[in-house]
Amino acid sequence: MTSTDQTFTADPEDGTTFALTPGQIFRRRIFGHTGFLIGAGLILAIVLIAIFAPLLAPHDPYAQSLSARMLPPVWSDGGNPDYLLGTDQNGRDYLSRLIYGTRVSITIGLGAATVGLLIGVTLGVMAGYFGGWIDHAISFLLTAQLALPGLLLAMALVFIIGPSIWVVIGIVGVLHWTYYLVVTRAATQRIRSQDFVAAASASGASPRQIIWHEIMPNLLSSIIVIFTFELGIAILAESSLSFLGVGIQPPTPSWGLMIAEGKQAMFYRPWLVVLPGICLFLLVIGANLMGDGLRDITSPEGRNE
Amino acid sequence: MSTLLDIRNLHVSLNIPDGQLRAVRDVCLSLDSGQSLGIVGESGSGKSLTALALMRLLPRAADCRATRMQFQGQDLPALSDAAFARDIAGPRIGMIFQEPMTSLNPVYTIGRQMTEAAIARGMLSGPDARKKAIDLLDRTGIPDPEARLAQFPHQLSGGQRQRVMIAMTLMLDPDLLIADEPTTALDVTVQAQILDLLDDLRRERRMGMILISHDLAVVAERSDKVAVMYGGEVIEQGTSAEVLRAPAHPYTQSLLRAIPHLGGPPGRLGAIPGTVPSLLHPPRGCIFAPRCAHRLPECTTARPPLRGTGDTHRYLCTLDHPPQVRLTSDPLIGSGAVDGAEDVIAASHVTQVFQTRKGLFGPKREIRALDDVSLSLRRGETLALIGESGSGKSTLARIMLGLSVPTQGQVTMLGRPVSEISGTERASFVQPVFQDPYSSLNPRRRLAEIIARPLVLRGDGDAAARKRAVEEAMDLVRLPARLLHAYPSQLSGGQRQRVAIARALVTRPKALVCDEPTSALDVSVQAQILNLLDDLRAEMGLTCLLITHDMAVVHQVADRVAVMYQGRIVEEGPARNVLANPAHDYTTRLLAAAPRFANDAPVPEVAQ
Repeated sequence: MTSTDQTFTADPEDGTTFALTPGQIFRRRIFGHTGFLIGAGLILAIVLIAIFAPLLAPHDPYAQSLSARMLPPVWSDGGNPDYLLGTDQNGRDYLSRLIYGTRVSITIGLGAATVGLLIGVTLGVMAGYFGGWIDHAISFLLTAQLALPGLLLAMALVFIIGPSIWVVIGIVGVLHWTYYLVVTRAATQRIRSQDFVAAASASGASPRQIIWHEIMPNLLSSIIVIFTFELGIAILAESSLSFLGVGIQPPTPSWGLMIAEGKQAMFYRPWLVVLPGICLFLLVIGANLMGDGLRDITSPEGRNE
Repeated sequence: MSTLLDIRNLHVSLNIPDGQLRAVRDVCLSLDSGQSLGIVGESGSGKSLTALALMRLLPRAADCRATRMQFQGQDLPALSDAAFARDIAGPRIGMIFQEPMTSLNPVYTIGRQMTEAAIARGMLSGPDARKKAIDLLDRTGIPDPEARLAQFPHQLSGGQRQRVMIAMTLMLDPDLLIADEPTTALDVTVQAQILDLLDDLRRERRMGMILISHDLAVVAERSDKVAVMYGGEVIEQGTSAEVLRAPAHPYTQSLLRAIPHLGGPPGRLGAIPGTVPSLLHPPRGCIFAPRCAHRLPECTTARPPLRGTGDTHRYLCTLDHPPQVRLTSDPLIGSGAVDGAEDVIAASHVTQVFQTRKGLFGPKREIRALDDVSLSLRRGETLALIGESGSGKSTLARIMLGLSVPTQGQVTMLGRPVSEISGTERASFVQPVFQDPYSSLNPRRRLAEIIARPLVLRGDGDAAARKRAVEEAMDLVRLPARLLHAYPSQLSGGQRQRVAIARALVTRPKALVCDEPTSALDVSVQAQILNLLDDLRAEMGLTCLLITHDMAVVHQVADRVAVMYQGRIVEEGPARNVLANPAHDYTTRLLAAAPRFANDAPVPEVAQ
């Protein structure tokens, strides 16, 4: 072992000097991506608003004041400085309702995207790892799911089960797992054929151990990306359901419901529709910018692998 | 002879996020018409970028400068891109790439792709182009060329596609042909045919040729001149005879000593310590100094002068006289099996049939990967399993590892059927090492986790004991302990392969199954790994099943040889006998095809 011994003692430069750990590369990429920073900033702000809603809201979102109905925002004629963004048809403070509305949107967005994640990733990893008839069966399920009209089915299900925030989370989640499945199945198939999986099974690892220890860490970044996209989609789905009257029930403040309630007066009091619309837009664009950013940050090209 | 190509002081740099990669520095090359030039170098030496710079095929982020770049007396940088594409690329300089599987367009027929360029340039009419294409396909050795014109690329084998690529390049009768690793993706027997073909065509048409290869043996055989590149510089060049017989630069000398030779008795290879330097900040002095065994203090401070005798041999080195080449090598230290050693893994009458089905309702297809194969591995020996791609050798390895169950036949490990042995027990007896060190390590885990994983799976010891075992294993494969918390992406290919071997050794197995452990690595790294395997055989008495296609590697390490061909074992026996007196026709072909240096004995003599 004389000659190979020298190999490493005489090896001051072995390529580690300029190589960064995956974590360092990740951080460097995050702070170089403007879109991601804007999106993440928006989402963070909205999440903070949702958490501290009782501290931020100037009024009780449920308190009705019949003397102060349909007040316009403070900057238009007839605005009242007590109600910065005006009031709705029941005289409830619009700003407070918008602030509390973040809670519904964030809860349903996170909840439904998580339900979808659990279903989609489980099926995707199983299909990709085991292949064969399991893959055929799951792919068939996917085709069937893609053929269903989602919103219509959601309406029918909520109508049958009865509306509540948990039912909406469950149903929106159950209808939004296809994207997870498609991506994790393909990624699992690719990772499964790599030699480190064979090395693990040659070391006596069971399929469960291989999936959790070898495959999952490699899926994590793509799962996070899909999760952010699904967050936006689920929030929009909740708003659609609430707008159609089968989602969140009054008097709970939900942006979709607020748009529905304001739509009769839309032409005379457009802020009733425009304000919750803007909130929804900011939240969803934030989620999408963050998802796009994460996809760029975690994509393999240019990475040191 | 007139000068065909004259390149002076070529610099190529690539702009990457971390800075400027100075990939080619101060390269001077010249070639007379009808001559062939071999450019040799390990990965990252800048040999391909030099060729791409000549063809204006550099990536967009690249920056290319040269004080002179003349082709047949014409100044190339002065040409506009349009004029270059019209007059030079194609009709004057042709290029063949490494990967024949991707260099043909899968949606067009062979005939259309071959005739397109000539017709579009107005050089030939449709029928003439067709006739010429048929002639050239016939000349490149493709059977039934007329029928081939109507075929699509996927209907041809890899070797045939490379022939089509060559024929296609010759359609425009270029004066210079650049072949960038034309045979690296092909099997050995095909490799020899393609290289012979290129050589014949060059002589026939009096073309100039630039042959780029990582394989010194390939270049040595078929070039008039050789340029050896290292770290972006040509560190030595001259006529093949002079450079290869009397290498003057320490790097060339080490490279020659690192290559396993078919001639002579097997011995330790001269591994080059360290790895290629980063080209982001190339050293001020000699580029090879950090790895050089003859390093002087001034090597790291000043540029080495260009030495040598006129045009036939020049090299960059600070030393006044080239160091003496050591001709003898140390003998191997690992010993083979003792006589009458027991079988540790035995496969008897194994047949493997793969059934595939397209979709849920598609028709079934059967592939017979292994056909009645019996092979046994004896304690302490190194058995080489030789064969080309698709011969079933990797399938057999998986079955002997117990990773897959054969359709028929039985595998026994230490006398017990492998199906009765639990996964972890089997793991502590035999471990695999794979070909591609880039896919055999989980990119998301640190080295400490990767190497300790087999112990964790077996439930061995506590964290401290495992850490000790990991450190021992890293020491065994000569990996420094400071890499313990590095990720695989921070390592070079050779280091990754060491990690893979460390992981295989951490459970102290008795046997290793190595599937082409060095074919993805550079020659100098291959030498390190082969020496390491020799060390391990001596230290641990390892039994080793080595799968390879490289006859020189077989000669270097194997005690016994089994040759596989189309799913069957066609020949088996002691390595010396098989290499000296191959009995099967296929083994003879493999041996004849292996590239060798002229001073190697044509067939190694039987010792004793």
